Parts: sequence; C-alpha cells; structure tokens
Amino acid sequence: MNIIVCIKQVPDTANVKIDPQTNTLIREGVESIINPFDMYAIEEAVRTKEKLGGSVLAVTMGPPQADAALREAISMGVDEAVLVSDRAFAGSDTWATSYTLACAIKKIGKFDIIFCGKQAADGDTAQVGPGVSMHLDIPQVTYVKKIEEVTPDHARVERMTEEGYEVIEVPLPVLFTVVKEINEPRIPSLKGKMRAKSAQIRTLTANDIDADEKSLGLNGSPTQVVKIFTPPPREGGQMLTGSTEEIVDKLVEVLKNECKSKI
Amino acid sequence: MGIEIITEQCVGCQACLKACPFGAISMEGNLAVIDFDKCNLCGGCVDSCKFEAILLRKDEVIAQDISVYKGVWVVAEQYKGNVQSITYELLGKGRELADKLGVELSVVLLGKDMHAKTDELIHRGAEKVYLVDSPKLLQYQSEPYSKVLIELINEYKPEVVLCGATSTGRSLIARVAVKIDAGLTADCTGLDIDQEKGLLLQTRPAFGGNIMATIICPKHRPQMATVRHKVMKEAEVDTSRSGEIIEKSYGDSILLSRIKVISVVEEEGQSVNLSEADIIVSGGRGLGKSENFALLHELADEIGGAVGASRAAVDADWIVYSHQVGQTGKTVCPKIYISCGISGQIQHLAGMSSSDIIIAINKDPDAPIFQVANYGIVGDLFEIIPALTKKIKSILS
Repeated sequence: MNIIVCIKQVPDTANVKIDPQTNTLIREGVESIINPFDMYAIEEAVRTKEKLGGSVLAVTMGPPQADAALREAISMGVDEAVLVSDRAFAGSDTWATSYTLACAIKKIGKFDIIFCGKQAADGDTAQVGPGVSMHLDIPQVTYVKKIEEVTPDHARVERMTEEGYEVIEVPLPVLFTVVKEINEPRIPSLKGKMRAKSAQIRTLTANDIDADEKSLGLNGSPTQVVKIFTPPPREGGQMLTGSTEEIVDKLVEVLKNECKSKI
Repeated sequence: MGIEIITEQCVGCQACLKACPFGAISMEGNLAVIDFDKCNLCGGCVDSCKFEAILLRKDEVIAQDISVYKGVWVVAEQYKGNVQSITYELLGKGRELADKLGVELSVVLLGKDMHAKTDELIHRGAEKVYLVDSPKLLQYQSEPYSKVLIELINEYKPEVVLCGATSTGRSLIARVAVKIDAGLTADCTGLDIDQEKGLLLQTRPAFGGNIMATIICPKHRPQMATVRHKVMKEAEVDTSRSGEIIEKSYGDSILLSRIKVISVVEEEGQSVNLSEADIIVSGGRGLGKSENFALLHELADEIGGAVGASRAAVDADWIVYSHQVGQTGKTVCPKIYISCGISGQIQHLAGMSSSDIIIAINKDPDAPIFQVANYGIVGDLFEIIPALTKKIKSILS
C-alpha cells in the first residue's frame, strides 16, 4: 500500500499572545509545529502501513524551514518525505496550494490513500484536502473518524457529520481528511528521532512538478487579501456577586431576555 | 510578481513591522527588510506604509470574461428532506447582497422529493429556485452534488455563490471551486459589496479569531464563500412573495458516485445539534468527573439548549468528542454560552468567543474566561447550576 500524508507547518497558536498595546499577534519566540490535525493524519497513515504493509510518504508545501515538520513526521514512522518549496509558491491561496500539492503528488507517483488533517490551525479553511482530491480526480471522504477496513482496492470508513456519522465505502485511490477522534498520535521513539535526524529529504521546486506557472503562487490564486486587522478584543463584562439565590435570579433574567419563547 | 522595499522611500518608521501578520519584516539599520520565506504577499504592509515605500506587483492574468456573470446564488442545505436553518441565514445575507448589486437572488436545492420545499425558499426571499430532484441526491455525497453544482454554475453563471460553512458545505464547495477555477473564501463572518467595483468583500477570522482578513476575488467568477453558521440573520418569511422554479435533471455521468453511503448513524442522547443551538451549556475540567455532566444536561434540557465541553473534559473521557468546542472541536455562535468550570484557554475561546452573550462560572477569579464573559461568577458551579435548573423548572411549571 502506497500512502501519502499531506502536512502543514503552522505557528504554535497555543503560545500566541496578543500585544495589548497594538492588539496584534506577538510572533517572536512562537515556535512552528506540525498542524495539530495533521498529527492524526500522520498517525493514521503509519497505522495503516503497519497493518497492511507498504510505505508512507509525507509531503508539505512551505519554506525551507518546513523541513523540521517533515523530520518530525519521519520520527513518528513516516518512511520518506518531500518538501515542495519555491519562491514561486509564495502568496498561494487554497486553490493554488491544492494545485501545487496535486502536481507534486502526481510527480511522486503511485498512491492508494492520501491522508490530510481536517483543516489547518492557522487558516482554518478545510479547503486544501478536497481541492487536492479534485485536482487529482479521486474521491474524497472528509471528517473521517474511523477506518473500519482497508483492502487493496477499497476502504470502509466512518465519516463524522453534524448529527452523528455515516458508514462509507469507497474504492482506492482515495483522499481522507481525518478528525481528532480517529486516534491518539504516538510519541516518537528514540530510534525514530535518530532516523529523522539523518533522513534525506527530497525537495521539489516549481520546475520539478510540471506545473503551469500561471497557476502557482499569487498569480494562480483567485482570492486576494485586501485587509488584515485585529478585531477589537472582547471585553469582560459584569461580575455577578451575592448569594446563590441572587445570582440565579440575575441569570434567569438574562436567559428570559434572550430566549423569550422558552422561559 | 513579488514584493519589494523601495529603499529611497523607506524612512525606517517601522509601521510595516507591526502591520505584518507573519512576522516577515525586520529592520536592518534604518531600512525595512522582508524575509521572503515568511512573507505571504498579503499586502498588509503596503497599506500600512505612509511613504509608498513598499511595492507589491501581481502579473496581469488573462482573466475570464466576468461581465456575463450575474446574480447571487445560495446553495441550500437539506437533511432528511428538511431545509436547514443555515440556508435561511444565507438567504438573509444573500438578499441584502443581491439588492446592493441590483441583481436576482436564486437558491439551488438538491435532494429527493424536494418540490414541496421550494415555496419556503421563495418566501424567504429567493426569486428563482434551481431544483435538481433525484433519488441519487437523497443525501449529500461529494461527487454527484459537486458535479451538479458545476453544471448549473457553468450554465447560468452567477457572480456570487454562498454556501454554509458546515461540514457538508465545506466538503462540497471546495471541490466545485477547484473545478471551475473560482476563488473561495472559507468560513466568512462578514460579507459586503464594494459599491464602487461591485466586488464581494469577504471577511473571515484566522488564527483562531486573533486576526481578521478581508478577501476579494477580482478576476474570477463566481466569487464563492462559505459562511459561518449562526452569524447572519435569518431571512424573514413573506408568503406574498412569488418566484420561478427551474427544474433540471441530469444523467448518470453526473449523478454517479464512486462513494457509497452504507448507513447513517445518528448520535443518541443529543436532542439538540451543537452548531444549531441557541443556548449551549458547556463544561470543563472543573466538573471533576463524567457523571457531573448530568447537571449540565439537565439544565440544557430545561432551556432547550445543547451541551458542549472543553478539550480537557473530552480528553479525560468525560464526554465524547462531538461535544468539543474550540479550535480542535466545533466553532459555535449561540445566543448564550454558559461556561461551567472552563478556564478559557485561547484554543477554547477560538471556538466560542463570537457567542452573543457569555456567562462564565469558575472558582478561579483569575481564569481567562472572565476576560471574555459578559457575566462572570466566581463561585461553585455545583451550587449555582442545580439552583438555576430548579428555578427554571419552577418558572416553567
């Protein structure tokens, strides 16, 4: 089984602080991590390989320092890694990103399953996974919470919905985006870390992936950011004090005003 | 294509350093310098520079003829044949946008036996309903749904297409946008029209709501956006409205799905869908154990709300993941969010801080949740919640 996992390096938003004076993100000293949702994708890819044999290749599009994310993936059991990196990719929106990744994947070769996280923690779009599957013209299943069965030619999975879940059968090759519920990512072993340190990471540039250069980066992106601003911070309101009874009376009043029909 | 600092113009004022959301600009002596590995070409610095010292160039793309694209479309969402409330919210916003542009508002409805539902869409402001009715469209499936939409858009050429930023909408519309080379903005919380250029201004949060970005799509059509549930106001019903129904049918090559839905399982014990709920009662580490969620369920049942949870409570296995609110869980915008024993880590706030009213109960007076709460209570949730439930019960009975 040839498995590909798409990952993204993002700033660790857990440590993002807001500068109270300027109301902007303080980026200094913020570490880059693998997008938290991609950790589940890596884990599921490695588990699938461990069950069925084959190999897992991790691919990311990003600046040269995204190398660190690929090495971390290798430490978790990924076999090979490809960094898709070129100044020509700068300014890519989700259309151009999914196009670039799809071109790189075509170049990488045959695959049976592509795993992605459900979305990235910085952009939160959830658009690149489905975009890649459309560019590759393969079926997609989003929000996968369990892989019930994989055979050489099909898979049965559970897809999370707003109301519960669906059981879905799909032929391979396929692209899955996965949610947190699917597994618990492993802690890399010492051996894995050693391997990650010495692993060779292949770099693919715009020239290497047979892409139409008009479809790359800022030029290939239909959308354009015109303004970035920080929203006014939500202000703390009123503290309610007094006896439990007094507090409850006040809460009932708030609930009454907001939901007239119910109470 | 690219960005550059015009060194003759740069005075070293550092305004661009603060404006850059990606930390890509630093000072070398008295000049701003861009780190191209970090730069995302967003142009935030260009606007901030008072000295016209930053130049952003985008090559002219040979664009489609965009003038033939007219009208605002809403993609309806249905579950088990019932039109979902997100559709009414999209119609509310869509009507406003269509009026500003002076164009028609249409809705696309896909499903099985949906004829009876077209009236309510017209009553909510649609002038046209594009209906595709087939047993093969009974429920959302990515391939036939996206192919039908692609066909319709290619034939009728709307200038704006809105879809819910629900799990269905987000899975569906990204495929469509890729195929028709359209721009797509995810999870918008604000939509408006640039009256001068007639462009859709799409505003969305990023970095868990810490920054907002306004996005346009100048040269591609349609301009597509998914819209966050519960942010836009539902369109009012007006039964005097009339409209046109355009029914289309497609062959197997369009309706075929490589994916088969074997069964649909609804989660038990959750009478109200978290993303639909007007009131959410949410619990965190302060609840102490799984059994204590019963207190929250009891209150939620009384007031017709849903139960949410912080990541800490889900990770401790006190409640299942589908209840998780926050960056790795669901983003919710209820009218009232009652937070019980949740400290308010930044990831949790990312999922709920756009609620209309936040009520927070926590023992720790320094808990960050109080910084976003409209009403804060430093106290024991095990006292307050049961007392509140009791009081509401007595009022209702």
